[in-house]
Parts: sequence; C-alpha cells; structure tokens
Amino acid sequence: MVDALVFFIAAGVCLTGALGVILARNPVHSALMLVMTLFGIAVQFVAQEAHFLAAVQVIVYAGAIVVLFLFVIMLLGVDRAQDLELSILPGQRWAALVFGAGSLMVLGALLVVVGEPVTGAKSVGGSASTAENVRLLARSLFSDHVYAFELTSLLLVIAVIGAVVLARKPSQSEPPLVEERGEN
Amino acid sequence: MDVTTGWYLVLGALLFVIGGTGLLIRRNPLVMLMCVELMLNGVNLSLVAFAQRLDDIGGQTVVFFVLVVAAAEVVVGLGLVVAILRRRPDTTADDLSTLRG
Repeated sequence: MVDALVFFIAAGVCLTGALGVILARNPVHSALMLVMTLFGIAVQFVAQEAHFLAAVQVIVYAGAIVVLFLFVIMLLGVDRAQDLELSILPGQRWAALVFGAGSLMVLGALLVVVGEPVTGAKSVGGSASTAENVRLLARSLFSDHVYAFELTSLLLVIAVIGAVVLARKPSQSEPPLVEERGEN
Repeated sequence: MDVTTGWYLVLGALLFVIGGTGLLIRRNPLVMLMCVELMLNGVNLSLVAFAQRLDDIGGQTVVFFVLVVAAAEVVVGLGLVVAILRRRPDTTADDLSTLRG
C-alpha cells in the first residue's frame, strides 16, 4: 500500500514536471519543471532499490545538467516568453499530435495484449539484491564493463574539448554564420 | 496493491512520449534539449525497472552509462546553442537551415 502511494505521488510529480517542460512558455520555467521530473524519477529509483543511481540522478542531473541549462539561459538572455503558436514549418503541430497519439495507442494496445509485460530468465550473473547496491554496481562497472567505462572517460574529454572549441570567441576573419540565401 | 514492473514501464513510456512530443512542438533549441533529457529519463526508468525485475545489476550499469552520455551530449549541445545564439539572438530551430545546400 505504501509502495503504491509512493509510486503514484512520484509518478504524478514526474508527469506534471514533464508536461510543464513542454508547455511552459518561459525556458527558465521549463528548466525548473525538469528538476521536478528528475526528483520524481530519483524517488522511483529509490523505490526500486537503485540507491546509487538515485544519488547520481540528483547530483548529476539536477546539480550539474540543469544548472548548465540555467547558466546558458541566463548567459544568452533568452529567458522571455516564447510564442508557442507561431510555427513556421507547416504541419509540424499535427505531426507532433499524431506522434503522441500514435505512441499512446501503441502503448495501450501493448498493455491490453500483454497482460504480464516482463518475461525473461532471472540473471545468474550479478544480482541486484538490496543491501549491496553500490558494491554490486561497482563490481559490474569495473569488471564486466571496464572498457566501456574507460571509453566514457575519453568521451568526456572529447566533450570538454568540443565545448571549449565551440565557446571560443570567433575570430574576425571568419565568415558570418548566417549568409543570405539565394546568392548562388 | 503491489507495484509491478509494468507500472514503471508505463511511466517510462509516458515520459518518453511527452519528451518526443515536446521535441516536435517546441522550437527553442534549449527546450528541445530538455525534451531529449526527458526521453532519456523515461528509458532510464525502464532500465532500472527491468534490472529490479530480472535481478540483474547490468541494467543499472547501463543507466550509469546513459547518464555519462547525457552529460556529454548536453555539454556539446549547449556549446552549439551558445555559439549560434551569440550571433543571432532570436534564432529558433527552424531558422538553422544554413547547412542546406
């Protein structure tokens, strides 16, 4: 009973935040709603005994990624309301509605057809038992997936270098980004 | 009333659909990146639910990698957004057609 209560409250927080992200006119409000969703998901992680991931979710997502979003919003001064109605591409809104409705219908059909959605054998390798979540995760990460782990360090270095290159002040001789179309 | 794995999968799918719809209806590149984060979180929730259900820590390991990739993606994506918006403050995703031949 308590499990269901936690699930429904956290799910409500998640879905409210997600809808807020896509419906808020101000990008700052979208970022704050994203924080709400991320906290809800962290609660769901705790409910499924993924304690380490819940902590990482709060620290990395809410603490780093959303702060980065807010930094960029403040840096660029784009924190004003945006007109949601003004769409240049014709039919984009309809495509979005069709996508959303179609996805929901497929999801509902799957739920109706498949009563018990999860099948598969229990793992014989690493168990996700409750007490030793961090130790088990570390063992999996540093033994089975150690090469992937090393590759992520390479990925992070590449991302940092890319960010530095992109944030560099453009030199004067560089041609402007946006040229008039129709010249050629 | 037991919380089964299917409930978490439904919640993850809903988050994914909301994120994808937002990606299509919003034109501010910053909000579009946030919608990508929503989609990634929906998938993460499904992965953790499967890890719990099948008693396999591997699902949680994959979530860890998804977090790293999401961080790298946001860094590069926001760098691009800063580089573009610094030259043209009012641009939206629809205006970025300079790569068109």
